[in-house]
Amino acid sequence: MTPTLSLQCLTKTYGAQRALSEVSVTVAPGERVALLGHNGAGKSTMMKIILGLIPFDSGDLQVAGAAPGTAEARRHVAYLPENAAFHPALTGLEQIRHYLSLRGESPSLAMDLLQRVGLGQAATRRIGTYSKGMRQRVGLAQTLIGKPRLLVLDEPTSGLDPVSRRDFYELLDGLAADGASILLSSHALTEVEARTDRILILSGGHLVAEGSLADLRRMAALPITFHVSPRQGAMAEVVLALPEAIASGGTLTLSCQQDQKLRLLARISDLGERIADIDVQPPTLEDIYGRFSKRAGQ
Amino acid sequence: MTRITATAETEFRIALRNRWVAMSIAMMALFALVLSAAGSSAVGTIGADRLSVVVASLTSLAVYLVPLVALLMSFDAIAGEVERGTLPLLLTYPASRPELLLGKLLAHLAILTLAVAIGYGIAAVAALAVDADAVAGLSSLWRLMWSSVLLGATFLGIGYAISALARRSSGAAGLAIGLWLGLIVLYDLGLLAAIIADNGGYFTTKVFPAALLANPADAFRLYNLAASQATSAAAGVSGAANTIPVWASLTSILLWPIAAFAIAIAAFRKVTP
Repeated sequence: MTPTLSLQCLTKTYGAQRALSEVSVTVAPGERVALLGHNGAGKSTMMKIILGLIPFDSGDLQVAGAAPGTAEARRHVAYLPENAAFHPALTGLEQIRHYLSLRGESPSLAMDLLQRVGLGQAATRRIGTYSKGMRQRVGLAQTLIGKPRLLVLDEPTSGLDPVSRRDFYELLDGLAADGASILLSSHALTEVEARTDRILILSGGHLVAEGSLADLRRMAALPITFHVSPRQGAMAEVVLALPEAIASGGTLTLSCQQDQKLRLLARISDLGERIADIDVQPPTLEDIYGRFSKRAGQ
Repeated sequence: MTRITATAETEFRIALRNRWVAMSIAMMALFALVLSAAGSSAVGTIGADRLSVVVASLTSLAVYLVPLVALLMSFDAIAGEVERGTLPLLLTYPASRPELLLGKLLAHLAILTLAVAIGYGIAAVAALAVDADAVAGLSSLWRLMWSSVLLGATFLGIGYAISALARRSSGAAGLAIGLWLGLIVLYDLGLLAAIIADNGGYFTTKVFPAALLANPADAFRLYNLAASQATSAAAGVSGAANTIPVWASLTSILLWPIAAFAIAIAAFRKVTP
């Protein structure tokens, strides 16, 4: 199947600074891809290049089979900017009717779109009176116009409460099931974990990691942490048995690599009655993300 | 085409909500009324009908007011979109930049036409009410009306270009006022000063007519006063420019809107969101 989006060795520089360095990515139809990175990692730059809003220096880029920014590419791509903004004097309904007309669709579909994002009640109010979350929904509604083959969503869940966020991802699942490719950015891995097929991590303009969450977990190879609480009076014995542990307060902290996990666990359980409690902590998503972001910073 | 009309419709609605429509109409109507009242005393001494005299005064007024209203409506057109952050999204839509600009132009031009028509209409009714001969001046009023719309289109285009170049509303507003002062007020003063210094030499005969035609506001004034029977009623620069043929000023006022819009598109293309 031909990819909806294909970047080959894409490079973009601002003066002496490299915003993107030889980034290569392909996104297949129906695939949901998350783009992660700190502020200034190059996420927005990459998205704006894909949308044809800013030019790139070298490399190759195909959007829905066309060059970015061409009329053909723009017809198939929907965009949700970070902090979606609209003219405050227009109502949500008028704004969506306008966007429908610009895409050559019937303006009468506007109410339906607003209802899909839960804005049916506020449709005839001016956008100037909307909250940030409501503006974000207007932005989301306009990405649903027509049948976009690629949705580029810049931090789409910022400003949404957890319930709205879940609704939002359900909407995306439906779109992806219909064959739309989705590229969304976020600065938190926790937000996108279960809802995307693939994760890309950008750092300093470099693509530093790419894969499913399980892939990233394996590649990061971060240690697992154990917190062991010895029974009253048994501290000295436990410290002797686990010399590598670091004691703080009443607990001992140990860490080991993934493949050493069972062996360490066996050693601890051999101590039997002397242990009051044990707490196993796998690396968090933030740890994994931090690991890749840090690597590129070196 | 739907993209252009949709943009025009939305822009018109925004202007309506922002009271721009009401303000433009009120401004033109008010000034037209004042001129009609003030112009009434001058009849008799000139021997022209009431409306022709009013048209002469309206021409002098339109030279100041129409560019001002046009610039006020247009200076925010692109800078405002940049500042609000609405431009990047808009530019990812299938509409091209000339289409977007044309949509805005249509809406703003419609408002300007409405304001001019109502303002001049009031003046015509006032003149016809007191002077039956005023019918003779209707053709010059009509000419004033469409040439005012063309003058407005020129300054709308210039306003869009300024808006695109400034990228900030405050900067664009400053530039627009500066340009209005320069082209409408200081330009003529400068020419007058040069004529006085030149004392009928090369500048007065060769450079001066070209300089008048190059300025859209001057070309507008020249065309209306030269084509109207009321030339004698008007004083100032026009008196010195009687030698310029009507076709030359007509060409200038017809070409300027196109040139201004082309400049606006070129400036808009340079805007990177």
